[in-house]
Amino acid sequence: MSLNSNTATVASGALAHAGEPDRTTDDNPAPKLKRGLFRKSGATQESPVVNFILTIILSLGAVVMAAPLVWMVSTSLKTKDAVYSLPPQWIPDPFVWDTYVRVFDDTYVLSGIKNSLIVAVTVTVVGTVFSSLAAFALAKMRLPGKNVIFIMLLSGMMVPFPTLMIPQFVLFSKLGWVDTLLPLIVPVILGNVIMIFFLRQYLHNVPDSLVEAAKIDGASYWKIFWTMIFPLIRPAVAAQFILWFMFVWNDYLAPIIYLNSPEKQTLQVVIANMNVQYATQRDYPLIMGASVISVIPILIVFLVFQRQIIESIALTGSKT
Amino acid sequence: MSTSAPPAETSASVWTKEDQKASRKANAKLHRKEYGWAAAFMAAPVIGWVVFLLFPMAFSIYASFTNWNGIGNMTFIGLDNYTRLLQDQYFWQALYNTVFYMIGIPIGLALSLLLALALSRKIRGRTFFRTVYYIPVISSLAAIAILWQWAYNGDFGLVNQALALIGIDGPNWLADPMWAKPAIIIMTVWKGLGYSMLLYLAAVQAVPRSLYEAAALDGANSWKRFTKITWPMVRPVTFFLVVTNIIGGSMIFTEINIMTSTGGPSFSTASLVWYVWNQAFRNLSMGYATAMALVLGILVLIVTAIQFRMNARNDFSID
Repeated sequence: MSLNSNTATVASGALAHAGEPDRTTDDNPAPKLKRGLFRKSGATQESPVVNFILTIILSLGAVVMAAPLVWMVSTSLKTKDAVYSLPPQWIPDPFVWDTYVRVFDDTYVLSGIKNSLIVAVTVTVVGTVFSSLAAFALAKMRLPGKNVIFIMLLSGMMVPFPTLMIPQFVLFSKLGWVDTLLPLIVPVILGNVIMIFFLRQYLHNVPDSLVEAAKIDGASYWKIFWTMIFPLIRPAVAAQFILWFMFVWNDYLAPIIYLNSPEKQTLQVVIANMNVQYATQRDYPLIMGASVISVIPILIVFLVFQRQIIESIALTGSKT
Repeated sequence: MSTSAPPAETSASVWTKEDQKASRKANAKLHRKEYGWAAAFMAAPVIGWVVFLLFPMAFSIYASFTNWNGIGNMTFIGLDNYTRLLQDQYFWQALYNTVFYMIGIPIGLALSLLLALALSRKIRGRTFFRTVYYIPVISSLAAIAILWQWAYNGDFGLVNQALALIGIDGPNWLADPMWAKPAIIIMTVWKGLGYSMLLYLAAVQAVPRSLYEAAALDGANSWKRFTKITWPMVRPVTFFLVVTNIIGGSMIFTEINIMTSTGGPSFSTASLVWYVWNQAFRNLSMGYATAMALVLGILVLIVTAIQFRMNARNDFSID
């Protein structure tokens, strides 16, 4: 349900002011002379020794963080037997690229990717349009009781999906939608409250006079939205869009409730089921290969949009 | 909203209540077109709210008082589901497990604050470190759960192999009632570290440097500067993370279902949501599951209410 998706990214104004994380200690550079004065105090100078030690600690931590993922990739390239070799092989010998062919040929990973894409793309694209329209109306248009509507929508964030899943399941089974992608699309496509909240806050920084002027010029509200408001909020929309896409792509609880037939399942359910099915055959390379495949698209999205994602997480809800 | 209002004269030498009402009506007429568009723009999420939130909610409340398998008739049984719940040791065990998992929250926050402090310094490769620590956050939970399930394997798992390096003979984590919960906590801390690190990093870097300079002038050492400046300044983030982690943690399901599909050895890993799901979709005990789901919803509501209350100062305003 859209109304309570990715709770983790909602901030209720927790960050008073979140800067771009790339800022170094150089901002507000003090004049040279002053720096000299402060040198002894150590307030603006960093000790290279401390930084060196920290780099070592951070590197060790990075190894711990990366090891399981490297292990996943490594396992996916091993033979079935090499998985159980002791001491463990970090570098597969021999490399078995064939696993990735098998993943696509023998399993439902490909249809899983297709289904996940159908759900994630339709939901986020259409849902983003609905959310930005609602945010525009809530922030910049006149309607008696609109604040009540906004609070009403916000209240939805407080209801966790597990509380609603049983009645929603019954509703969709009455409609005959179980084992189709519709229950994953329809409730969520109508808009995402977190996105509405975030865009509404963002729009508060846009002067009302801009909209008023366009109205006087005789532009329709639809036109004002598309030609003026949407381009203005595009950076915020992009950031929220990516976060939402990642959330839908990675969702697991709703898909396992609704999808039974293997060819209709989304990628996360497919690999979870493979985990059960192939573990008995001890085919860990295949399971790990599918897991690698499920992580890669999101990883690419992240690496490409790293800056926007980090900013939007740091800024979510911070415009108070 | 107000549709057809007669035009009203608003000569306001005496501004009576009737005049105000009339003026509002005149306004309503003036803005009628705008009202219509605004309503249309808000329609989709509002419809979604009514159909997929309000209606299921009302239905849930009713269903929780019935004996119902999801297909057949619903028999009204009053509070029986709730009294059963109070006596159901599995419910209490699942609740206990869910709360137990939250030990990971303070551990994760402490680690991520330390990380953020380190990464806010001019350290070579900061972007690289940030990315490495963040990758688990964006990886799909299903894949991560499978990966860790294999990593926790008693004989061939990565974790025990790493422990063997320092001479520790690790347990068969997920098959051992004592170690299954800690195993899941370790995994969730690993997974969530990057996210809180990023929020802390933003907060730490937003602290005005002049505060540190002034403190240094007054002779404050770095521990003092941390406890008197940094910690209070990042408090809103800490608070936010604690609350969202509690809410998120109360809904833990994927890890449990994938890593321990039977609820773990002697039900030691089953979470509340897992138990609700199991009762509803495996045992088809929908009425009972609904009652438990509502209890979960109320618990989450209480946490959220506390958040809004305590955080009122920093909170958004609706205008």
